[in-house]
Amino acid sequence: MNPLVAYLTVAAMLFAIGLAGALTRRNAILVLIGIELMLNAANLNLIAFWRYGPHPEALTGFMFAIFSIAVAAAEAAVGLGLVIQVHRHAHSTDLDAMNRMKG
Amino acid sequence: MSIIFYLVSALTLVGGLAAILLKNTVHCALALTVAFAGLALLFLSLDAQFVGFAQILVYIGAVAILVVFAILLTRGSETPKDGVYSRHWHTGLVIAAAVFAVLGWAVLQSVRVLPYETKTPQVTVMQIGNALMSRYVLPLEIVALLLTAAMIGAVIVAMHDKNGKESAK
Repeated sequence: MNPLVAYLTVAAMLFAIGLAGALTRRNAILVLIGIELMLNAANLNLIAFWRYGPHPEALTGFMFAIFSIAVAAAEAAVGLGLVIQVHRHAHSTDLDAMNRMKG
Repeated sequence: MSIIFYLVSALTLVGGLAAILLKNTVHCALALTVAFAGLALLFLSLDAQFVGFAQILVYIGAVAILVVFAILLTRGSETPKDGVYSRHWHTGLVIAAAVFAVLGWAVLQSVRVLPYETKTPQVTVMQIGNALMSRYVLPLEIVALLLTAAMIGAVIVAMHDKNGKESAK
């Protein structure tokens, strides 16, 4: 079996798991966990393509994955800060209860 | 493919599944840590040592801890009475299955045309540093700016402002 295909399949499964989590859970923190899983699946794709691509010495996919990790960390910090503020305001992190744009 | 790849992949996928299926939110965060560790092992098995260790430091060391803090601050570990899944979970599941079907179809269709190099790339930290300081110096600076802005923004968003009610009047 082509190892690249194996890694891509694992990444596709992980992405689908993350998407299912982000779309089905009602707790906002669990939705953020699903988004983190999806970002990680994308990183796995980048690294697998870098490793089995024609020019691994160019470090392109490698650098993309490093920058992607940094952006994901920033996203997690801002997202969780927002969840804490929403909880302080609405006393709930239940996304089904968030049906107003204006507080 | 080696048996180690299958074991690590199974660990990652089971961790991810547990992270979205478990009822207790704290258990979900711990399962998420397992998934992150499995991904770090996958990166190491792909000869990307730097990314693997960055994954451990950033995700297990920072993001997982941040998630646990957020869960405890919002008292999210209490299981709600009306279930942990949203009202429209059927739709979400169907969308996720459809996305997985499309991705899997694309991967399987492209088996014959995918590039496949067997030689192991030799990447030293010095090469990474040189690349970051020469070719990728502009993205590096932008990421530094983004991280600073995100840090300040997260603090401002989550800050408890006592004068907020007075200024709103």
